[in-house]
Amino acid sequence: MVEFRGRLKRSLDRKTWLAALAMLAALHFVPLIFPSLLHIMIMIFLFSLMGQGWNVLGGYAGQFSFGHSLFYGIGAYVSSLLFVRLGITPWIGILFSCGGGVLLGLFLGFLSFRYGLKGPFFALIMLAFAEIFHMIATGWSAVGGAHGVLIPLKGNAPALMQFVGKEPFYFLTLWLMVGSLYLVWRLEGTRTGLYLLATREDHDAAEALGVNTFRAQMTAMAISAGLTSIGGTIYAQYLLYIDPDSTFGVVNSVEIMLRPIIGGPGTILGPLLGSVVLTPLSEITRLAFQSYSGVYLMIYGVILVAVIMFLPDGLIGFSRKILSKLTRKGY
Amino acid sequence: MTLSFFVGSLLNGILIGGVYSLMAIGLTLIFGVMRVVNFAQGSLIMLGMYTSYWAVMLLRIDPYLSMLVSLAVLFIVGVIFQRFLINPILNAPEHNQLLLTLGVSLFMENLAVFLWSPDYRVLKTSYASVNFYMGDVSISLVRVLAFASAVILAGILYLMLARTDLGKAIRAASEEPNGALLMGINVRRIYMITFGIGAACAGVSGAAIAPFIPVYPYAGWLFVITAFVVVVLGGMGNILGAFVGGLIIGVADSVGAMFLPGAMKSIISFTIFILILLFKPTGLFGRRDG
Repeated sequence: MVEFRGRLKRSLDRKTWLAALAMLAALHFVPLIFPSLLHIMIMIFLFSLMGQGWNVLGGYAGQFSFGHSLFYGIGAYVSSLLFVRLGITPWIGILFSCGGGVLLGLFLGFLSFRYGLKGPFFALIMLAFAEIFHMIATGWSAVGGAHGVLIPLKGNAPALMQFVGKEPFYFLTLWLMVGSLYLVWRLEGTRTGLYLLATREDHDAAEALGVNTFRAQMTAMAISAGLTSIGGTIYAQYLLYIDPDSTFGVVNSVEIMLRPIIGGPGTILGPLLGSVVLTPLSEITRLAFQSYSGVYLMIYGVILVAVIMFLPDGLIGFSRKILSKLTRKGY
Repeated sequence: MTLSFFVGSLLNGILIGGVYSLMAIGLTLIFGVMRVVNFAQGSLIMLGMYTSYWAVMLLRIDPYLSMLVSLAVLFIVGVIFQRFLINPILNAPEHNQLLLTLGVSLFMENLAVFLWSPDYRVLKTSYASVNFYMGDVSISLVRVLAFASAVILAGILYLMLARTDLGKAIRAASEEPNGALLMGINVRRIYMITFGIGAACAGVSGAAIAPFIPVYPYAGWLFVITAFVVVVLGGMGNILGAFVGGLIIGVADSVGAMFLPGAMKSIISFTIFILILLFKPTGLFGRRDG
């Protein structure tokens, strides 16, 4: 029991801490040294943040969602509508976005987990809800209809989360991403984190051992929905324009879930690694094949099939396997 | 709202519902036999539409003859799909199979954009404008033909499963794969054939609707979720259930179109989907224990 507690304290040795801090410090100089990379870096961090959201539910709780664009869209719409209609600054709006996403997530979680819905059924029910919101956002003119919402440009207005340069968004997304890493790292060490893993591995056995699987899954859903909704608000403020397709659209669910799946579902660094691989790939192919806007999705399809067939534990699982093989050879 | 308008959309709902049934039968057959939820069914429908379109345009054959071309092409595509992509991961967790078929569907749809451009294409037929009139109610011939061909194929499939040796082997492999293997049934081959049949159902339903629904790379999206709704409504793996479910959803969709704005007309069937998944996941005709 004592040993177990030690592991749960999540202590890293000094070398790892120093390496991580050095890396973080180095990232702060990117805007100075490579200003042209800012957009790609912002996208990497943003999708890593939302991918981390998906990862808590999909990777740790084992509930694969095909509809995370739902939370992304809620995040984008709530803060934007609050700003456009009531003039509430997105800094406060983001709290409502996050809260709205969490409430909706808890509602969907309550509906699904109560009946032990899992696997493809849960995935599809999330897809269905995302599509319902997509249809409502398209058909309801009070929330902008198919034309979406245009956030009025206010120039350099930090109080309204609008900036002239990209640097503030770079630091914002960087720190949110780092925050999500820290959150999930801490979560792994809590009782709930362990309950989640137990529920994922064997739902019935976990129940038999007295784990409240429903509560664990609800917690995962709340964290997952909250992180993804925050990403939605940031994205809306970054682009200053949202419409139903670019928020609730299925493509975004794919974008969000592909990152942790490719990086390694159920690992802390998986979403970040997946985002580092996928984001530049999609941005570059979009530039290279401008007339064929779907080519990057074709590549996503191939990558997804390849990862499922050959690297079911993602890049992190793969590198762990290689490492353990190498060290075993040493004996 | 006049009565004839109501009757008209009810009839149209039943007619398109027959096609939904066939789409769902393909999906439910694949699920029933190898427990794979095939997310790529929509892309297979899209491929069926294009196959029919190109068969008509390039070979100058009749659109309803092109259904047979679609059937053959999609059967082969399905067999290859199963052999090289599904079979290697049959024992993986079921969400991995769902993800794999999602990957295939992303690939196919965007390959179609690349090859054939995202433009809408219309398969023009000489009888597209023929309508029957029953009082004030008008019914278009192409929809009747689509319904008829979908129902005929579903009927043939049902008889095949019930009466022939191949059908028996498929049912055996579905109920008890190991037992079937011990009885000398080549289960791997049965899986390939079943997936081929499921894809062929998608192909024929795609070809059946091509004369009145625009052919474009993302057309499958309209139907894959509908097909899932139907499958869940009828009970996963239940072919008769899928047939009845298709008609119900067809009617629900067209009734929805009467009351709701265009972009929201599918909300009724989605709501049915969610309610069924939550309260009776075994489907309308399923047993409690599933």
